[in-house]
Amino acid sequence: MPLLELENVSVSYGRIEAVRGVSLTVEEGELVTLIGANGAGKTTTMRAISGIRPLSTGTIRFDGRDITRMKAHERVVAGVVQAPEGRGVFPGMTVIENLEMGAYARTFKTKAEHDATLDNVFELFPRLAERKTQVGGTMSGGEQQMLAIGRALMARPKLLLLDEPSMGLAPMVIQQIFRIISEIHDQGTTVLLVEQNAQQALSRSDRAYILETGEVTTTGPGKDLLVDPAVKAAYLGVA
Amino acid sequence: MSTLLLSDVLVSAHAALPAHPLLLADGVIDFNTSRLFSSFWSLTVDGLTYGAIYALIAVGYTLVYGVLRLINFAHSEIFMLGMFGQYAVLWGLGFTPQGDVYTQGTVLTVLYLLIAMIGGMAVSGGAAVGLERVAYRPLRKRGAPSLTFLITAIGASFVLQEFVHFVLPKLTGGNFGGTTAQQPIRLVQEVTVFSFGGADVSNVDIVIVIAALALAFLVDRFVNATKFGRGIRAVAQDPVTATLMGVSRERVIMQTFLLGGVLAGAAAMLYSLKIPNGIIYSGGFILGIKAFAAAVLGGIGNLRGALLGGLLLGVMELYGQALFGTEWRDVVAFVILVLVLLFRPTGILGESLGRARA
Repeated sequence: MPLLELENVSVSYGRIEAVRGVSLTVEEGELVTLIGANGAGKTTTMRAISGIRPLSTGTIRFDGRDITRMKAHERVVAGVVQAPEGRGVFPGMTVIENLEMGAYARTFKTKAEHDATLDNVFELFPRLAERKTQVGGTMSGGEQQMLAIGRALMARPKLLLLDEPSMGLAPMVIQQIFRIISEIHDQGTTVLLVEQNAQQALSRSDRAYILETGEVTTTGPGKDLLVDPAVKAAYLGVA
Repeated sequence: MSTLLLSDVLVSAHAALPAHPLLLADGVIDFNTSRLFSSFWSLTVDGLTYGAIYALIAVGYTLVYGVLRLINFAHSEIFMLGMFGQYAVLWGLGFTPQGDVYTQGTVLTVLYLLIAMIGGMAVSGGAAVGLERVAYRPLRKRGAPSLTFLITAIGASFVLQEFVHFVLPKLTGGNFGGTTAQQPIRLVQEVTVFSFGGADVSNVDIVIVIAALALAFLVDRFVNATKFGRGIRAVAQDPVTATLMGVSRERVIMQTFLLGGVLAGAAAMLYSLKIPNGIIYSGGFILGIKAFAAAVLGGIGNLRGALLGGLLLGVMELYGQALFGTEWRDVVAFVILVLVLLFRPTGILGESLGRARA
């Protein structure tokens, strides 16, 4: 049974259907990528999975449960945690406070458990450890992205949703972020990644889905899509 | 030195043309700096006392604005209900209005006042949460535009006032509410404890300022150093991301109304100590608008701004009263509000609880 299963999901903004009958699955332990052009419905799909955008039709199942009608904040407790598009760092909170917000829905049994989670985040992102008391709004884009991912990890997600983590970042920082995503995945976290940077995303994914104008058009292992002529032409900038 | 030169010039024309509006104004506004300097410290003490009360009420405006972007104009009536709440609690404890001040000894008096304060806090807190449920939540469910919320807030303000005006006396056999103010129940005789620089500091002033500062400190710690407070700030700064962190926005909104209401209830009890015959259905209105002005002065959405703004407004208002005359006190407060909105709309401290400007 897949960890996450979307079945025939549609989402509308008024009369415009942004996502049309999307079905996809993420197995436990996988890194799955959703790629597509601007406006293809990637972020809307992520919002639907997190519950901040209602479905017009379809079903979402997670961890054996139907979560279609579950409230957004309850899905975090269930284990669906998202680092949103544009990072969503709380601008007026320090790095530590932002990280603590990640653990908001979680009750730690001991202080040691809390500290271990925090230490794990600082190990992945040493930069955050150096800037514990800096206010989120004053950090660079790359640092904010690290903070957003680290914050999501504080919730100990069963499924980590990453919405365009490379957006607006310098190539070197993008490399760094993707390395860390692979590391998080290797540590055993299931990841659903939304990206426009198809080259990087596909080469690191177990499987991928391609979204075009709200519909899944192609799916397969990441490495296969990387050499698929149609995908190369449309998303990798190779004729 | 003591009188503005302009008015000296105009005084001579005064007798000849008494009906001229400008000259009428000259007769009413008497710009008197000597009164300000001669009673500076006593004005400051009084101003801080009123300011402490404004500050506590202002917190309710600023927190609700932070999480909902809504000016909850009914907050002044939440405060008014708190005055009746603490009064009813004293009544329930066996005190009845009489001309004299009860003498219970310090320990018992403090105890009774604490119980009355908790009663006021419970009534105001409960009313604030109820108001949110009945008036605002249904609008949120429908995604109503913000103007609808504002009109609803004003409407709720009238409903609560008229409830105390007409309905409450029928429910309580005429003991509470109605057209006139409640007969005061006095537990404390206001006496001067010490004087400095010509200012008499009374026991009531001391109690109000200390209680307000303690509550201000507690609410500051609550918002800035607890998990609940982090939830409130998260919703204020980015409601969608807060939801993605597992914060229930609805619950945070409820907690915010409760916190603001509880503080208004505490302020209501303190205010009734200072002004025992101010317990009337319309008694929250002006005070509420001044607390709102204080919140804007400090920076609406900013908790510490509301506290600072309250104290500043209280003091500035009394300085203004000394300069221009007693009847201009309210005008001074609202002129300050207009000036702040004109020249520094984000207030003194800016909006740090909400979306930072970074």
